[in-house]
Amino acid sequence: MIKRLLLFCATLGLISCSSKTDIAPVFHANENPDTLSAWGLLHIDRGQIELSDRVLPYDLNTPLFSDYAHKLRTVWMPDGTTANYQARETFDFPVGTIISKTFYYPKGTDGRVLKSPDTTQARLKSGFNLDDVRLVETRLLVHRETGWAALPYVWNADQSEATLKRAGDLQILTLDAGETTKDFAYVVPNSNQCAGCHATNATTKEIHPIGPRARHLNRTFNYADGEAGQLTKWKAVGYLQDVPKTAPKSATWKDISASLDERARAYLDINCAHCHNPVGPADTSGLNLEPNASAVALGRCKLPIAAGQGTGNRLFDIVPGKPEDSILTYRLASTDPAAMMPELGRSLAHTEGVALIEAWIAEMDGDCS
Amino acid sequence: MHRTHLMGAATLALTLVFGLTGCSADTADVESKPSDFAQRFQDMLLDAKAGDVIVIPAGTHNFQRSLSLNIDGVTLRGAGMDQSILSFKGQIAGAEGLLVTASDFTIEDLAIEDSVGDALKVNEGNNITIRNVRTEWTNGPDTKNGAYGIYPVQTTNVLMEGNVAIGASDAGIYVGQSKNVIVRNNRAEYNVAGIEIENTIDADVYDNVAINNTGGILVFNMPALSQEGHTTRIFNNNITENNTKNFGHKGTPVASVPAGSGIVINSNDNVEIFGNEIKDNRTANIIISSVYSTNYSEDNTVEGYDAYPESIYIHDNVFSGGGDRPDGLDLKALKVALYGLKGRFPDVLWDGFEDTGKYVDGKMPAKLRICLDNGDATMMNADGPGGYKNPVAKVEGVNCTLPRLAAVSIPGVE
Repeated sequence: MIKRLLLFCATLGLISCSSKTDIAPVFHANENPDTLSAWGLLHIDRGQIELSDRVLPYDLNTPLFSDYAHKLRTVWMPDGTTANYQARETFDFPVGTIISKTFYYPKGTDGRVLKSPDTTQARLKSGFNLDDVRLVETRLLVHRETGWAALPYVWNADQSEATLKRAGDLQILTLDAGETTKDFAYVVPNSNQCAGCHATNATTKEIHPIGPRARHLNRTFNYADGEAGQLTKWKAVGYLQDVPKTAPKSATWKDISASLDERARAYLDINCAHCHNPVGPADTSGLNLEPNASAVALGRCKLPIAAGQGTGNRLFDIVPGKPEDSILTYRLASTDPAAMMPELGRSLAHTEGVALIEAWIAEMDGDCS
Repeated sequence: MHRTHLMGAATLALTLVFGLTGCSADTADVESKPSDFAQRFQDMLLDAKAGDVIVIPAGTHNFQRSLSLNIDGVTLRGAGMDQSILSFKGQIAGAEGLLVTASDFTIEDLAIEDSVGDALKVNEGNNITIRNVRTEWTNGPDTKNGAYGIYPVQTTNVLMEGNVAIGASDAGIYVGQSKNVIVRNNRAEYNVAGIEIENTIDADVYDNVAINNTGGILVFNMPALSQEGHTTRIFNNNITENNTKNFGHKGTPVASVPAGSGIVINSNDNVEIFGNEIKDNRTANIIISSVYSTNYSEDNTVEGYDAYPESIYIHDNVFSGGGDRPDGLDLKALKVALYGLKGRFPDVLWDGFEDTGKYVDGKMPAKLRICLDNGDATMMNADGPGGYKNPVAKVEGVNCTLPRLAAVSIPGVE
């Protein structure tokens, strides 16, 4: 039996059976393999997650909130290809690019998952042990000739492999937040729902990555060979060209040395603006949460459109000085699927993020008489 | 460590042997047992190709998560609106029952029940047909119900016919920010808004029944959206007893609609209302208003937005009853003050907002007026601009006519 399995593994080139050296990422130009291992991006070796050759981890200044999941993000491009820098939009990536995001939690007792700060960089640096984490899913964005494909892979119970689940998945997890615990439905999006965020233009419906933009990536990362600026590193490994000396930089939402406005706008940018932009799926609401939006379009004294339960019986999106009267904070704090924002990607409220937006609104002058 | 390694491979091998994608041990148990079809339906929606007809078999199919379709040219066809039921009772995730982001889409002969948010949303698409679909919250009117029943938005060439919408906490049958729309032969009941046309250009709304809603048929224009609406014909509808207490969410535009409203025109232009039977709507059979009488003010003015209802033509309708028990203390007091305890509001109630900037010789130009050419029906001016202090019981000089509006034509639709 063991012999047969080994043979099986060898035939399929499975990561969990092999060591790092004979694994390199594979760009599947057309077909969608059933297993994550078939992409060869990461593999499990002696109880640790290892990234394959030239698979580069990255982090964002301010990330999307996803039910307190930690995220391991990677980028890989075929040999000899490179992305073109863009100041505002997602970099222009070559065909063959594979971007991955693995959602995981530190394990608590009794099968719970822990609410804790994301320490993915430190884990990678010290050896990413699987012992104390639970891998939930790995989402791939694959740049093919026909455009980007979004593929959600869900990890199995013994954490040896992730399987393609184009129709998504739903898992009941228990979050241990120290003093409290809470059951929640962790939702893996289906392929269409991937587009719900990643098709930031609702007319062209083309999907693309959201995180790998200059302003989100412009920060340092503690790589295996030392700390470096991510844009510099990408350039050094040949993943990015035409990088200017100074690039835009979003605030880190938790960085209290940045202004409240910078932090709040960075938070709204990454959490909301993929839909709430002038051509996005939420342009039906007229609410624009991109970094350059202002006044009524940004929600100030703005009447809600088609908000339904989402109003929380409040009259305007933002009432200056009054977060408790603002629809924006109501929807961010809600966990009712009919009312909450974002509509997808979370079942829990991001208490700390809501507090940031509340503080931001509380600081505003004026009223909506 | 080596052992763990092999166990992993064994599990994987088993998975591969069975070739399953849905066999993962950590898939949550579904409380209400999904039908075989329910388990496959989202995959079918993902794999559909243009020209495909996906048949929804008779039976109740339960879903915990919202469904979505983004492939053009697909038809979803059930066995009848009381036969093929997509039930979202106990839905855990997703802001709607079915979300469609595709063109050349047809959905017919099925029901969508008890979704946590909107029942059917179509966001951006051309050539949309929604036929004989029932959207319903089966517990009846409730603020906790989802907002919209049938909800195409930013769509073009939209046909909605033969549908039934019940219990939406906003609008049962809604079309927003769209162009070229026909809404006919539908039935809307026990919604806050029965049928609502919002920020839409060229809509024909006819042969519908709107009954027992808070407001029967609404034509609205909201600020700060992708397009301003205009040109709607509402004709040959039955708009009766829309007296259900408003159960909308405060802050939504429809939450300000008084119970007992037959037709409400809010800040929209070029509306022709004719040939309808409008009766027993206790606040008023027709209300013409501006968002200025709700929450729109100088603090949220949007440049270029026209908040005034203009070129409204009402003729040849059959009115009976209504206006006798208006909703809310202010309207009740106003009614008593103007018409006495046993009196009733006239068939048309206007809040009095008009764009004085457009006045010529101290009055609105003829083509922008409200014209009420409907037998002995009369119109009241509530004096919103004057703080409702000097209402006028019967506005004189409204017996005029306006050019008739052209019929909406959708290619391929008779």
